[in-house]
Amino acid sequence: MTRTEFWQGNTACAEGALAAGCNFFGGYPITPSTEVAEFMAAKLPKKGGVFIQMEDEIASMASIIGASWAGSRAMTATSGPGFSLMMENIGFAAMTETPCVVVNVQRGGPSTGQPTMSAQGDMMQVRFGSHGDYAIIALCPASVQEMYELTAKAFNLADKYRVPVFLMADETVGHMREKIIIPDTVERVSRKPFVPGTPPFRATDPDLVPGFPQFGTGQHVHVTGLTHDERGYPAATNPGLHMALVKRLVDKIENARYEMADYDIINPGAEQVFVAYGGPVRTVQQVLHDRPNNDVGFLRIRTVWPFPEKALAEFRNARRFLVPEMNLGQIAREIERHVKVPVKSIPKLGGELHTPAELVEALEAKQ
Amino acid sequence: MSYEDWFRQDRLPHIYCAGCGNGTIINCTLAAVDSMGWTKEETVFVSGIGCSSRAPGYILTDSLHTTHGRALAFATGVKMANPDLHVVVFTGDGDLAAIGGNHFIHACRRNIDLTVVCMNNQIYGMTGGQGSPTTPKGCLSSTTPYGCAEIPFDLCQLATAAGANYVARWTSYHVKELEKAVKVGLETPGFSFIEALVQCPTAFGRRNKFRLVADHVEYLKVHSLLRAKRDRMLENGEHIPEDMFVVGELTRRNRPAMGVKP
Repeated sequence: MTRTEFWQGNTACAEGALAAGCNFFGGYPITPSTEVAEFMAAKLPKKGGVFIQMEDEIASMASIIGASWAGSRAMTATSGPGFSLMMENIGFAAMTETPCVVVNVQRGGPSTGQPTMSAQGDMMQVRFGSHGDYAIIALCPASVQEMYELTAKAFNLADKYRVPVFLMADETVGHMREKIIIPDTVERVSRKPFVPGTPPFRATDPDLVPGFPQFGTGQHVHVTGLTHDERGYPAATNPGLHMALVKRLVDKIENARYEMADYDIINPGAEQVFVAYGGPVRTVQQVLHDRPNNDVGFLRIRTVWPFPEKALAEFRNARRFLVPEMNLGQIAREIERHVKVPVKSIPKLGGELHTPAELVEALEAKQ
Repeated sequence: MSYEDWFRQDRLPHIYCAGCGNGTIINCTLAAVDSMGWTKEETVFVSGIGCSSRAPGYILTDSLHTTHGRALAFATGVKMANPDLHVVVFTGDGDLAAIGGNHFIHACRRNIDLTVVCMNNQIYGMTGGQGSPTTPKGCLSSTTPYGCAEIPFDLCQLATAAGANYVARWTSYHVKELEKAVKVGLETPGFSFIEALVQCPTAFGRRNKFRLVADHVEYLKVHSLLRAKRDRMLENGEHIPEDMFVVGELTRRNRPAMGVKP
C-alpha cells in the first residue's frame, strides 16, 4: 500500500536514499542541505548503516568513494561552498568509475553568497567543475515527490554506469513542504557483476561500463586516479591510452543520454516553449495553468546532464525557447548550442523564484 | 607466506630511485602484515600522492591510490563501510602533514582502526625536492634555497596529542624494530601511527651533504635517541641536542576506537 505524507524536500531526499538501500552517508553540515545529514544521522545507525560526519567536504567525498569500493551504496549532501571542495574527489570518482550519489541543495553564490536562499548557480560546475574531461549524470527535482524519486533513481544510475550521480536540487525544493506519495517499493539496479580473472577496467560490453570488482572479494584490484590501463595499473605517459580511457569515461555517459533521459513534453505544437528544471518548473506550471488554451509549450527536464537535446526537436513549430533559471543563463547556453531559433534566457538571482507575472512578461515581450 | 608473496610481480620494476629508503619500509610493513596471518582478500592498502603513496600499486591486494593528502579520508570510508577489512595506509610527510594535515588529526581523534605508515623523507621527492612540513630547520631544498626557515612538525607528538592509540617512530636503519612496531600497530585496535624516517638520496641527500646513501642512513642511526634513553636524560636534567629525534614506542593506550572488527 502506498502512503501519503507531508514532508520537507530534504526529508524526502533522505527517505528516498534509504528506500534505495543507501547504507553509508559521509557528510559535513551546510545550509541549506543539513536536514539530509541530520536525517541520515538519526536513521542510518538503526538500519545497520553508517553515518559519519567528516572534517570537511573534501573528506566527505573521499569517504563515500572509499565506502563505495567496500560495497556500500554511499551518499553525501552539500551546497555551494562544500560542492566546490568536493570537486577534487569528484574527478577521482569519475576517473576511477566509482558509483556514488552527491546531493547539492543549491544556494546563492559565488563564495558564501546566500546560505539560506535558493539558486541554480552550480549547473555548469556540476558538469565541468573538476579538472580534465569527464562526464557525469545530474538530476533536477522540482517537487518533494521528485526529491524522493530522483534520489532513489540516482543510486541506480550511479551503479549502472559506475559514475558519480548528482541530485541538483535547490533551496526552494529542498525546504518546501508538500504532499508526497510513498511507493511500496523502489526499483533497485545492481552493479554489473565482475568476471573474476578479467582485467578490472576492461569494458567489453557496448555500454562501455566494466563490471565492479568490490573490495574484499579477492579481485586484488588496484584503483588509482592516475591514467591507468585495463588492469588498473598506472600508464600516465601513454598518450593513446589516455585518450581511449577519457573518451570511454565520457562516451559511456553521453552515449546513454537517451536511455536515461527523463523529461516531459507539454504542448509540442506551440510556438513559444519554456524549458525549465528544478524550482522554476513550478512557476512555469503556474503560467501554463493560468493559460488554458494550450498555446505555450513546456519542456521540463529532470536529467539535465547529459543534456537530452533531442527533446528540443520535438517542438516542431518552436519559434523561441524561453529558459527561466535561478542563474545567469547556464543551461540556456547549452540549449543555444542545439537549436536554430532564438533562446531567451530569463535569469533570476537573489534567492527567490520567478513570479508567474515575470514569465508572462517575458512570454509576451517581442525580444 | 613471506613478504615477497604480497608483491604484484607484474608491476616490477618499481619507480623508486636507487638508494631510496621507501622499499625498506614497504618490506618491513609487508613482513608485519604477513606475520598477522591475514589473507590478501581481507587486506586493503590505501595511499595518497607522492613517492610513498605509490607503494599500494605494487601490492597484490585491493588497493586505493587516491588524491593528495586524502588517503585517511578514503580509508575511513573503506573501514567504516566494512570493518572486516584490514586497512593499512601508506603516506609521506607532505601527503600527511601538509595537504592532509586536517584529515590526519581527525583520523587520530576518531581513533579509527587503521594502521598508518608514514615514510618521512623530509622533502617532496616526487616533484623534485621542495621543502615539506618536516624539512629540518636550515636544510636545503628547491623551495628553501637559503635553508629552511620554518620549524618542522613532530608527527608523532601530533598523532599522540590528537588521540591515536599507538604511536611509534623508527628509521630505515632500524628494520627489525620497525617491523615489530608495525606489527604492534596492526594488532592495536584504533589508530596506529608509525613514522619511518627514510633517506631520499635524489631530492634530499644530494642537497644536504649526504654524498652516499649510507651517509644518510648513518645520520639517521646516529641521531636516533631511544625513548628510554631520552627519558633518562630528562630525569637527569641532561640537555638533549636539537638535531636528535626520539625513536621507539611513544604512545600505547586503549582509548575507545571506531571501525574495529566486531
